[in-house]
Amino acid sequence: MSIRSQILLAASAVAAVLAVAPAQAEDAVKIGLILPMTGGQASTGKQIDNAIKLYMQQHGDTVAGKKIEIILKDDGALPDKTKTAAQELIVNDKVNFIAGFGVTPAALAAAPLATQGKIPEVVMAAGTSIITERSPYIVRTSFTLAQSSTIIGDWAAKNGIKKVATLTSDYAPGNDALTFFKQNFTAGGGEIVEEVKVPLANPDFAPFLQRMKDAKPDAVFVFVPAGQGGNFMKQYAERGLDKAGIKVIGPGDVMDDDLLNGMGDAALGTVTAHLYSAAHPSAMNKEFVAAYKKAFNSRPGFMAVSGYDGIHLIYEALKKTGGKTDGDELIAAMKGMKWESPRGPISIDPETRDIVQNIYIRKVEKVDGELYNVEFATFEAVKDSGKTKK
Amino acid sequence: MTTLFTILFDGVAYGMLLFVLACGLAVTLGLMNFVNLAHGAFAMTGGYVCAVLVNNSGWPFFAGLPLAFVSSALIGVVLERALYRHLYTRSHLDQVLFSVGLVFMSVAAVDYIMGSSRIFIKLPAALEGQFDFFGVGIGRYRLMIIVICGLLTVALQLVLARTRFGSRLRAAVDDPRAASGLGINVPQVFAFTFAFGCGLAGLGGALSAEVLGLDPYFPLKFMIYFLIVVTVGGSSSITGPFLASLLLGIGDVAGKYYVPKMGPFVIYTIMIVILIWRPNGLFGRTATR
Amino acid sequence: MTALPDLSSHALASARWRPAEIVFWVLALACAFLFPSRYLIMTDIVRLALFALSLDLILGYAGIVSLGHAAFFGVGAYSAGLMALHGVINEPVIALVAAGLVATVLGFLTSFLVIRGVDLTRLMVTLGIALLLEALAERYSDITGGTDGLQGIEMQPILGHFAFDMFGKTGFFYSLIVLFVLFLLARRVVHSPFGLSLRAIRNNPLRAAAIGVPVNRRLIAVYTLAAFYAGISGALFTQTTALASLDVFSFERSADLMLVLVIGGTGYLYGGLIGAVVFKMLQEFFSTITPQYWQFWIGLVLVVIVLVGRARIHRWALWLPNLVIRQFAGRKAVVAIPESDAS
Repeated sequence: MSIRSQILLAASAVAAVLAVAPAQAEDAVKIGLILPMTGGQASTGKQIDNAIKLYMQQHGDTVAGKKIEIILKDDGALPDKTKTAAQELIVNDKVNFIAGFGVTPAALAAAPLATQGKIPEVVMAAGTSIITERSPYIVRTSFTLAQSSTIIGDWAAKNGIKKVATLTSDYAPGNDALTFFKQNFTAGGGEIVEEVKVPLANPDFAPFLQRMKDAKPDAVFVFVPAGQGGNFMKQYAERGLDKAGIKVIGPGDVMDDDLLNGMGDAALGTVTAHLYSAAHPSAMNKEFVAAYKKAFNSRPGFMAVSGYDGIHLIYEALKKTGGKTDGDELIAAMKGMKWESPRGPISIDPETRDIVQNIYIRKVEKVDGELYNVEFATFEAVKDSGKTKK
Repeated sequence: MTTLFTILFDGVAYGMLLFVLACGLAVTLGLMNFVNLAHGAFAMTGGYVCAVLVNNSGWPFFAGLPLAFVSSALIGVVLERALYRHLYTRSHLDQVLFSVGLVFMSVAAVDYIMGSSRIFIKLPAALEGQFDFFGVGIGRYRLMIIVICGLLTVALQLVLARTRFGSRLRAAVDDPRAASGLGINVPQVFAFTFAFGCGLAGLGGALSAEVLGLDPYFPLKFMIYFLIVVTVGGSSSITGPFLASLLLGIGDVAGKYYVPKMGPFVIYTIMIVILIWRPNGLFGRTATR
Repeated sequence: MTALPDLSSHALASARWRPAEIVFWVLALACAFLFPSRYLIMTDIVRLALFALSLDLILGYAGIVSLGHAAFFGVGAYSAGLMALHGVINEPVIALVAAGLVATVLGFLTSFLVIRGVDLTRLMVTLGIALLLEALAERYSDITGGTDGLQGIEMQPILGHFAFDMFGKTGFFYSLIVLFVLFLLARRVVHSPFGLSLRAIRNNPLRAAAIGVPVNRRLIAVYTLAAFYAGISGALFTQTTALASLDVFSFERSADLMLVLVIGGTGYLYGGLIGAVVFKMLQEFFSTITPQYWQFWIGLVLVVIVLVGRARIHRWALWLPNLVIRQFAGRKAVVAIPESDAS
């Protein structure tokens, strides 16, 4: 292959792609949205992207006289791609916000850029406690695993569950969930009889579930990333753990509304603690669920709500600054903001910039022939105990 | 002790499933010497076809399975005639490039049509749960997998060893020129074999949705497993891949149960050791090609 | 017997720098000044180019196929990351070489496994090694940070002077210089008698052995060298992004690398470099247009490339440039036929 021909080819490709200068619109506020749109985490990205589109349809694309422009980038949940995307967005597209972030490493990878560029980073999915501590410009509208895990730990200890086996995915959110559950559950007098960490990319839960069954606990505490919950529940039922009287408890990721209906009746009776259920009984939520279903033909999950609230936070912050896009002013505007979300009342903790929200204890029940997480107890205004304990 | 049998049972079921998924690849790669990394895409197609028929159109599960086979086989034969056959003589690298391209396209296309969430196929109640057999927990669904896959394996072996088509295929593979000289329509034999392999993958895809989960990334996630089965098994017959699948299935399940933290090591180490010990696989041909 | 002088003059002739090569490097440098806002993606390309160069050394020159080249990339990446994190070696250049050497050791040790067997076996053994390392890194998450990767890596300035900046300027020039130096080395190696003997092995191992080439020793040597290159590119990855997570070992990384090299063409050193540029550009182009479904279009491009044939595509793509060259330079524009790929 001749070198010259190759060089010409390459050079023309470089020129064509690199030289595409992003069009600069003057009176626009740009939001760089970095989400996993491909790869195993793609459903997270899609939900958030959908929710943001929905919000902008409902509320218009102008705030405080400025047009809102979303630039979506796919990072495939790989931190190095996140970082490249964030840097490109900040330097070339001159975005005023970076938002999204499907997984913890992605959110962390972008943190130094947010600090250096003084650009608010709105985390709409990743759920490890430490994230907001990595940059004073990070705000989170999703949740932390500590929030739901401590609550379910307390609840389990108080509701007759003595022995628990745990099954968690082996990565930071999984470990967070495990640590905080264990802490509160054992403090309440419970006992952990078996502890299994499963690899993140795991096709078959059967052997792990067999271990759970052999440990004969009262309940299994489960955290697997959104998306794998369905597999888990299917095999849980197949293995007869439900017949053996072993309950499933956990943070609500396992029972993501997005997938709940596909799990079948095996999921009935599962008790989880979480921030959002599509069955949340408020007028606002009913409207949100109906609109989302109409637009995207699927039920919104907690990721969708986090995205919806994230864009709401950006809108409100801009209203407060009167359209000014100075990073420090925006962060100041976001701190302490309170609003009613489809998930219930939420606010941004002015000290940690993390979300403060109600955590609901829910049980899977059949409503009108479909499975829903029906809320039956509420813990109000839960802060991230991953930080408050320090 | 009973746990051991349950583990063994699960492992066998898993292995059988892998065999049905991968044996088409064993044929294309091992016999026809074509590196078809897109094999998983056919499995995924079958899975999705079955899911749509059962979940959306209300077909019974057992009617969906044959349709999964037929649809994947049809797509297989069309692609073989239209694209693959031009590449039999090309270098392996070209074949890799081509088939990976197909994988990417299938992944994105399924994502576009079906969404990126995992889906499940609604099962008849008779297949759910577990029953006790002398204290050994037997999953109904897994038992069905073992029965179906076991029958298929026996049938395949018979077809290859005993029928006229089987001997034609073996002749066409061993020496295509001599075979066509003897009046065997080699391209036809290849096309048929390819389609049949794709069909089996489609069936496997439909069966595996319950156990492995079905999402658009299926072809990428399981490509490695298929390759392991084929290389470890060797290419002289389908016995090799069959045993390799069982080994992989049991090794994986037992490894995860007994040493949950070391799970993945078990498989990869077994694979490397076997390949070092027998570079052409357990039942490889001695002559390198 | 005039074979010997002929051979050496042939080697010398092919080792001479051609104008097109100089143009290539000038263009590469020019990019740094033409697109000052795209340093990060260009750094990405340079890293990938170095990584592909490494694969070209074994695939294009020695005919060893590998689907697990990320093993060395990953080891280099984690070595560099751990050294920076724990302050073992703070100076990036020394750390870079050290990380490369760690990968070299691994390359040497695993080369004995790889030289056995035929293509398919090699493919799977290399893949197996990479997967094994990935599993190890996941298992020992207290050292590697597991799925979350190494957090909090802070790089010291290069040679104590040039600090890594947010826009990736330092990182880009650093990577480009490393690539250039290692390219020169690779160029020297493949045009040496050693390199020629490798080609003999690639074309026919039996014949090479018959004329007295120590086949296995040569293969071990080049595999080890390639591991060094891959380790360096991994270390560059960590140093320029301050990240190292499990995906450095991933199958996708090895597979993408294979695509890059095959797109660019094997066995002439520039294949990996050009493939990296084309591949990344395609990815960037499609994923800007459709962040969700860019894989479809990449896939389509790959399929079309194979079906149409690379040689023909080059002819079409260069029809206009060739026309221009013919008009102005008054000489025959050349589009050569690609060298046969190792298969």
